[in-house]
Amino acid sequence: MNSIITFIEQNMEIIYLLTFAIFLGFEVISKIPTVLHTPLMSGSNAISGVVLIGAILLIRVTEPTNYLALILATLGIILGTINLVGGFAVTGRMLEMFNKKKNKKK
Amino acid sequence: MIVFDIVLFIAAVLLIIGLRKLSHPDSASRGNLLAAIALALGVVIAIFYPLETQNNNYGYIGLGILVGAIIGIVSAKKVAMTEMPEMVSLFNGFGGLSAGLISLVWLINNTSSGTALDLGVVLFNLFLGLVAFSGSVIAYGKLSGKLKDEHLKIPLSTVLNIVLLMVTIGAIFYFAYLGVLTTLQLALFLVFSLLYGVVFVAPIGGADMPVVISSLNSLTGITAAVSGIITDNKLMLLGGVLVGSSGIILTLLMCKAMNRPLLSVIFGNFSSAQGSENQVHGNAKEVTPADLAVQLAYSQRVCVVPGYGMAVAQAQKIVKEVEELLDEKDVEFKYAIHPVAGRMPGHMNVLLAEADVSYDKLLDLDDANSYLDTTDVAIIVGANDVVNPSALDDPSSKIYGMPILNLAKTKNVVVLKRSMNPGYAGIQNPLFFKDNTKMLFGDAKKSIAIILRELKEV
Repeated sequence: MNSIITFIEQNMEIIYLLTFAIFLGFEVISKIPTVLHTPLMSGSNAISGVVLIGAILLIRVTEPTNYLALILATLGIILGTINLVGGFAVTGRMLEMFNKKKNKKK
Repeated sequence: MIVFDIVLFIAAVLLIIGLRKLSHPDSASRGNLLAAIALALGVVIAIFYPLETQNNNYGYIGLGILVGAIIGIVSAKKVAMTEMPEMVSLFNGFGGLSAGLISLVWLINNTSSGTALDLGVVLFNLFLGLVAFSGSVIAYGKLSGKLKDEHLKIPLSTVLNIVLLMVTIGAIFYFAYLGVLTTLQLALFLVFSLLYGVVFVAPIGGADMPVVISSLNSLTGITAAVSGIITDNKLMLLGGVLVGSSGIILTLLMCKAMNRPLLSVIFGNFSSAQGSENQVHGNAKEVTPADLAVQLAYSQRVCVVPGYGMAVAQAQKIVKEVEELLDEKDVEFKYAIHPVAGRMPGHMNVLLAEADVSYDKLLDLDDANSYLDTTDVAIIVGANDVVNPSALDDPSSKIYGMPILNLAKTKNVVVLKRSMNPGYAGIQNPLFFKDNTKMLFGDAKKSIAIILRELKEV
């Protein structure tokens, strides 16, 4: 029980941030038009590629001789980058199609 | 150091603005770019941020980013718009596995340090990441047709689901209490987590796929947020939470579009249609493309109801040509888009946008239904379950209660279909046997090509 209280004390800032971010997420995304469901999904999917940052931060503190951790972290970086870069590229491609059409109308 | 923190803060603000812009049609492109810039900033900071122990291992980081970026860009360029749901699932699975690997590396690096509670959070994250991974891989297999529903029948899947969930969550609390776990225990935990993802997604099938994809998306967001807590990075926390909560909103929207509570999607085992509802019989009447062409030319209002079948047949471009031709003949031409048509939320809109169909021709569910009441000819191209009247009048039907595109008052309905086989959800459709319905069998693209040719001669 004590350890839970210390955990809360140490992470109060994070808890604030977490709570506000949840509300922010609901607020920012509410009332999306149907046209944008797919781009929004693939865009937000790309954002979940932020895990890449975590993989980078962890590999930087890993002992250079700990090959198991290095290999796993490198794999994490590769996969995170695929998620991030691929996700944004695919979303960009989709949105370009919407724009192409709009420019024609003008 | 303070410079890094300020830049990280700016990146977080950019990310929020980007996501905000992404949810409006006019600014979506810029929003995507802003979010990408925000995360790129975050990555650069992560690489150079001063840390207590700096082994850096930059070679590995460079290699990983290079390989990942190449794979990401190449697959993003190559993927066809019809395969978008598979691609998003696969990317999502990679993100989940990456989060799982982060947790593993943390466990390896912190064998001696770290509090018991830290261990619990890391195990929880490992569980989430691996579930997102194996679940997404199964979803990918289903969407790409590599895995068939009948291969994925798991006996007692609901019971297994609950038992696995209790075992893994129980294990997290147990090890968080103990503060240590052996390699064997960790390995078992990995296996159980992966297994849970499979059991979670495998029985859900058919028409519920859009719900599955958006909930897996949300799950990866949550695991990214927890990874942010573990590595103490606020941009990760923020990004993950935003993805998690937007994913939850989309999931609920999809559930609403199908009039099914989320729990019934997860535990409902929608996958295979059995029972009495397949007893619909009758004679389906056929129509020739030539007759249909004449009928279209003399109509006032025409409506196309596209489904995934249209995308499979690659018929969207040729449908657009029919639209242009009928436009010249002053025939009003619209598209009725059901929210769950296709394999992921909003999939039809993307496919039609690819074929240059303009926004104002696309009607959403409510507008489409009032339009369909006064439509002369409705052409169903590869849609099935979203026009199935059983949803309105047959309480024994598995899709009973789902809002559909209602063709009851439409003067003529023509269904373009390969055969009389039931749709993706495996449910027979009484619409095909109604008096005002005619069938046009064959490949949709070829059929429409003939219609187009005939139309030019009318």
